[in-house]
Amino acid sequence: MKDEHRPHQPSATSSFCANKSSSESRKLFILLITSVYTNRNFLIMGNFVANEGLSIFVILVWLGINAFLFVHFYMAFLVDRWFYTRVLLGQALSWARAPAACLNFNCMLILLPVCRNLLSFLRGSIQFCSRTAARQLDRNLTFHKLVAYMIAFHTAVHIIAHLFNFEFFMDAQLNRNSSFLPFVLSEIGTDDNASFLNPIRSNETNPTIVMFTTIAGVTGVVITLALILIITSSMEVIRRSYFEVFWYTHHLFIIFFIGLVFHGYGRIVRGQTAGSQQTNKPHLCADRFEDWGKNESDCAVPEFAGNPPGTWKWVLGPMILYVCERLVRIYRSHQKVVITKVVMHPSKTLELQMRKKGFHMEVGQYVFIQCPSVSRHEWHPFTLTSAPEEDYFSAHIRIVGDWTQALYEACGGDKTETQEAWKLPKVAIDGPFGTASEDVFRYEVVMLVGAGIGVTPFASILKSVWYKRIQNNQEVFTKKIYFYWLCPETEAFEWFADLLQSLERQMAEKDVANFLSYNIYLTRWKETEAAHFRVHHEAENDPITGLKQKTLYGKPNWDNEFTNIASKHPGTKVGVFLCGPPQLGKSLEKQCLSHTEGDVKFIFNKENF
Amino acid sequence: MGKIEWAMWANEQALASGLILLAGGIVGVAGQFRGWEFAAYAVAAGVFVCLLEYPRSKRAKGTSVERSGQYCFTVCVKAFGPLTRNYYVRAFLHAAICVPGGFMLATVLGCVCLGIASLIYLAAAIRGEHWEPILPRKDVRKPVAESIKNPPQNPPPRPPPETRRKQAKDLEGAAYDNPSSVTDD
Repeated sequence: MKDEHRPHQPSATSSFCANKSSSESRKLFILLITSVYTNRNFLIMGNFVANEGLSIFVILVWLGINAFLFVHFYMAFLVDRWFYTRVLLGQALSWARAPAACLNFNCMLILLPVCRNLLSFLRGSIQFCSRTAARQLDRNLTFHKLVAYMIAFHTAVHIIAHLFNFEFFMDAQLNRNSSFLPFVLSEIGTDDNASFLNPIRSNETNPTIVMFTTIAGVTGVVITLALILIITSSMEVIRRSYFEVFWYTHHLFIIFFIGLVFHGYGRIVRGQTAGSQQTNKPHLCADRFEDWGKNESDCAVPEFAGNPPGTWKWVLGPMILYVCERLVRIYRSHQKVVITKVVMHPSKTLELQMRKKGFHMEVGQYVFIQCPSVSRHEWHPFTLTSAPEEDYFSAHIRIVGDWTQALYEACGGDKTETQEAWKLPKVAIDGPFGTASEDVFRYEVVMLVGAGIGVTPFASILKSVWYKRIQNNQEVFTKKIYFYWLCPETEAFEWFADLLQSLERQMAEKDVANFLSYNIYLTRWKETEAAHFRVHHEAENDPITGLKQKTLYGKPNWDNEFTNIASKHPGTKVGVFLCGPPQLGKSLEKQCLSHTEGDVKFIFNKENF
Repeated sequence: MGKIEWAMWANEQALASGLILLAGGIVGVAGQFRGWEFAAYAVAAGVFVCLLEYPRSKRAKGTSVERSGQYCFTVCVKAFGPLTRNYYVRAFLHAAICVPGGFMLATVLGCVCLGIASLIYLAAAIRGEHWEPILPRKDVRKPVAESIKNPPQNPPPRPPPETRRKQAKDLEGAAYDNPSSVTDD
């Protein structure tokens, strides 16, 4: 039950405006590695670097820190303090502690990309410095997923290493032979229960029981289960179709973090105390373990203690930031929002026009909408379709699921007479949050490509363009817009066609018809319609949209389009904006890379959800 | 929670549990842990669960996305008929399979995860869901009607209703020039 969100259609076979899935991160890795080892086309690599360079850099730095932490903490457990521990455990000790350090680091990072208010604030401040840096913050969800995969990987290594550790600890207790060093070590601390080394204190138990009776064991099982449940409910199939399962299960992260903080409280990993290292030097005394504590030998019985828990130092900061983020969301949601107008468009689209005190938006931003009378906990994202210059903000909501259907009924969609204003439901808004569309006006020439319902963010841009250029007669930096709308069916045209019609009319009146060049492509049609189109080919207005600009059939020839634009605008940076399926994104990205030559640069921006 | 199909999540969870059980079993056998017989069992059980759960069921509502290469598995699983179709059977099967995993530390995690998957399958079964194979669709072409063989000689005299409605405001644009003459001269 994934309702229509910002251009998201669960029924479409490809996911529109999908947030960059794992295929994107895989693609980044593969592209990096192949481009490094190919000396064929440095120019393409150069463009690739311009487009993707900062992302690659961030990922490399992150991987580097992971590798460094792993190796550093692996080596940290090879010192003398852990000598006797290693007698029992061997290398498995280091194999368990190294991923633990990486887990601390990654669990610190994972909360940060989902603090969208914080990111939006950062994005606003960075935008003054660098456009490219600001765009990186759109990739937050991709990064969140990468970090999650890394957490899963390190958890696996950590658990496997600890399985061996438990086995070795148990072996030491079971082999009850006083001339066997591991057993002697295990017997230490039996009287005072403080200076022991082996956390398994008797031979009448087994590793499973020990695991469930130690803090580390119980918290470990609980948080691993939470992690597995979070991961299985985050699979793309579940996330796209049954959003509630994904969202509610994801809140198990609260249990995850609490368990993680308490995981080290049992101080189960023990090394020799500093004082004991003076009285029992491992290299000298290890072989003479039968004489420990005796008067003639200079080897006292060693004493062991565990490290104080350190995970809280890593995760406390991000946890506090995330709590603040949720508080900000709650605060924003309680600000009063008034629905000023409800418009029912054909093709099952509901337009809500709203006002909120102090609300300020930029083009192409999105908001989360909640309707308490429909559902108390559900917040759904929708792209804003109004321009910043208007005195209201609006969202066009397609009715595809439970929530949107219920919203439609709450707004009186199924009734024929107009609703009283006070009967309209109360809504709450969180946002607006920034997307790549904010960058549109920073380019001199812009290519906007929207597929199907993915045209929604561009509605806002086009409206804003109209207000700025035509009404206010402002000088905008953007001189030319090329707009491509790819649509598989004719029904979705309706409300957007109205907008294009009014733009067309206004531009003709003000004689600036060549500012906006738009192309509409019908990518799929029924046989019955095809005959109709052929017959009406010569008519002045398009048979589908009623616009003077004719609808084109099939998919655009991007090569031609890009070459055309490159020849018309030499020496400029052309911004390419897409809201549509990933395959289209890939082909556009390829076109951008290959057509960037000489002084024309095509920079590709993909909408991220 | 609306139209949730619990079976989809149960399937993901069960597949993950199968892999975890398999991994735990391999560690137990390779490390020659005490109780390695349970680990050996877990390897076999893990493989079985993975094979059973790999083919995704067809969704009751909406498009089903199948896993890559799942067709042969679909055929095998389909061959067992009601045993694999019914989710009650699967729920109890998973519950039974997971129990021996609880006797050894290496396989405990797989055991608990599979237990959870079994519970979700039970919820799915109670809601009346069942497993449907995703099979390639055979497009049936409609048989060509007799009248198609003799198309009309003249085009219809009026444009279709849709154009008339759409362009009621714009009469010039809606003008329809008949390609062939409709009068007798």
